[in-house]
Amino acid sequence: MNKIFKQALLAVATTSIVVAAQAETTMVIVSWGGAYTKSQQRAYHQPYMDANPGIKIVNDDSASEGASKLRAQVEAGNVTWDLLDAEAPNAITLCDEGLVEEINFDKDLAPAPDGTSATEDFGKSLISDCFIPQIAYSTTLGYRSDIYDVAPTKMADVFDLKKFPGKRSLEKRPDPNLEWALIADGVDPKDVYKVLDTEEGVARAFAKLDTIKDQVIWWTKGSQPMQLLADGEVAFGSAYNGRLFEAIEVNKQPIKMLWDGQALQLDGWVVPKGAPNKAEIMKYLRFATDTQRLADQAKFISYGPLRASSAPMVGKHADLGIDMAPHMPTAPENMKGAIFYDFEWWADNKDDLAERFEAWLAKG
Amino acid sequence: MADAEAENEVITTADGIPLKESLKKALWERKKTALLLVAPLFLFVMITFLIPIFDMLIRSVDNSIAGEQFPNVVVEIRGWGLDSTEIPDEATFQALVKDFKVGAEAKTISRLGRRLNYEMSGMSGLFRKTARKVKKLEAPENATEAMIAIDKKWGQLDIWRVIKRESTKYTSSYYLAAVDAEKLSDGSFAVKSEDRQVYLKLFWRTLRLSFTITFLTIILGYPIAYLLSTVKTKTSNMLIILVLLPFWTSLLVRTSSWIALLQKEGVINDMLVGIGVLGDDNRLAMIHNETGTIIAMTHILLPFMVLPLFSVMKTIPPSWVRAARSMGATPFTAFVRVYLPNTIAGIGAGGILVFILAIGYYITPALVGGTKGTLISNFIAYHVSTSLNWGLAAALGSILLLLVLALYILYDKVVGINNMKLG
Repeated sequence: MNKIFKQALLAVATTSIVVAAQAETTMVIVSWGGAYTKSQQRAYHQPYMDANPGIKIVNDDSASEGASKLRAQVEAGNVTWDLLDAEAPNAITLCDEGLVEEINFDKDLAPAPDGTSATEDFGKSLISDCFIPQIAYSTTLGYRSDIYDVAPTKMADVFDLKKFPGKRSLEKRPDPNLEWALIADGVDPKDVYKVLDTEEGVARAFAKLDTIKDQVIWWTKGSQPMQLLADGEVAFGSAYNGRLFEAIEVNKQPIKMLWDGQALQLDGWVVPKGAPNKAEIMKYLRFATDTQRLADQAKFISYGPLRASSAPMVGKHADLGIDMAPHMPTAPENMKGAIFYDFEWWADNKDDLAERFEAWLAKG
Repeated sequence: MADAEAENEVITTADGIPLKESLKKALWERKKTALLLVAPLFLFVMITFLIPIFDMLIRSVDNSIAGEQFPNVVVEIRGWGLDSTEIPDEATFQALVKDFKVGAEAKTISRLGRRLNYEMSGMSGLFRKTARKVKKLEAPENATEAMIAIDKKWGQLDIWRVIKRESTKYTSSYYLAAVDAEKLSDGSFAVKSEDRQVYLKLFWRTLRLSFTITFLTIILGYPIAYLLSTVKTKTSNMLIILVLLPFWTSLLVRTSSWIALLQKEGVINDMLVGIGVLGDDNRLAMIHNETGTIIAMTHILLPFMVLPLFSVMKTIPPSWVRAARSMGATPFTAFVRVYLPNTIAGIGAGGILVFILAIGYYITPALVGGTKGTLISNFIAYHVSTSLNWGLAAALGSILLLLVLALYILYDKVVGINNMKLG
């Protein structure tokens, strides 16, 4: 009897330890992978996990298909994601389709240290009721500094095959390639969306892209263009500016960046409807989107925080010690020649143009 | 005499039951056991294979979203003809307002907008705009005017024609799109404009590349299998491990290593430039095009050809070729007339395996094919996971299935299915 009793006690004790160990909550946060997710891990996830031992954050790198995957999950009735890192046009579409939660910014997000409400602190970047702004990033052009005798100076140079021969790499989606094509073809940046709204405008953009089409390698994930540039497979190409920063400053590749024509995008969080750990994720969001955290992320990657109160707190890179301010897409000297996305227009036309873009790609 | 007796007298078993029935019963018992043993596998195949395929086939014609999102409009628009020269009546517009109000509140109406956008661009934007604005509309007396004030597209005939056409429970629009055709406003069929034609070309490219890859695997795999089957068992065991080794490596690793090899600045080009065969600016473009797809996929599918061929070749006694030689045949004739016909079964099995795999592969073409080497499977994957146009993905998949079945029937007529052996 004694022996059995002891064994039973041991079994119960072990089980309860195991059960207690698994009593932690796991949250799935979907982002873009590579250097970007690393920066989020260091600035947001790790500090939050350190402060809350019962929470485990798991990274999923499928944000580039995030909108579609979320639609599929909701349609299947099984949402497994707690938080999705989405760009502004996708956030608008997802919000309109009722796939993500509406946020009460002043209630759910922390105010600035000096007391300014979250709504005022985020200002114009609050482009939708469901979108919690995080950072401003841009898709810019990078080139190998050791291949061209005369370096390219403006965005239109990517369409100039005579002066700058060699393969290019462009993102496998209509934006910002269509805008770039039109501007390189002579359209005033202010009128780009008016022109794109017409059938002739779209045809004109595709015609301009046709002139370089067979020299382009199309990338889908943020780390691909960096690999292609590093291998020397392409001489000139577009990439997210933070990844270019990582390659140039951290990995010391022979690559240089062109700020002209940078296509500024807003990136932030959306909370899927039916997320498994809604209460926990809202607590996490309050932490991860406060002033200090957004300034912290700038220590690891060159994306600009969208809170007005975070901007003056942007300091030096955590590992390299270099000043991050001049590397921000929003730095004044980098803003010359920047293109501002029309988020509403893209939210309305994204699906249609994406289909036309795929058809154009397959044509050649 | 004996026959007449046998006819009148039914043979019975010891307990008086006719032999035929006893036999049937005994066989049935055996069959029942066999069926029960097979039942789990059968159920598994039904659930994971047949039911999803059936579901996909249904999706390619399913248009129930129209009835779900536009319940009232679908009813009212029955009275409106496709050839009408005027927009629908006030009752239809009232129904439109009602359906939009419900759909905008539930935030589901934009799904119908996206679906209709496949038929005519601009529908998605129109639906989103209308959903935003219709919330302020309170039981208007003149719904027609109110909707046209929100967006003048509601006063256009072609918008209504699209809605009318896609108001039925089943639709053929996905199949039409899959063969690069479309239904025009007046109901006739037309081929899509040049810059939107995608799928027929892709189907052709998929079949062409798959045949090429199958042919290449036969050419490359035959000598390997021959070597494996004629060499000592100990050596052949070692060699078989080498053939199987790639299976133990992740597919993505194999594909990525091809990228490193075939790149413009990759190993092969560097080597050729190094020994002087190519000039530095004349490097071969072996990747991000069809060549890359063919090379990488031949490599990946080669073991599927080698193994069936090997098993078949192992069953051919070497004495047959020797006998042919001893009767005066040249080595070539002995090979062609004695050895080769006996391996047809292996070629058939390996060929079918490689062909069917090649048709469905999309990871490798996506990574190494660029835009010229992508196959129809890439587009099916794109429509399933990115554009979420499941109707079109299902239609493309069904057409692919039909093509493969047609080729299978052709193969049966020419070579014969029974001529297929896996060992």
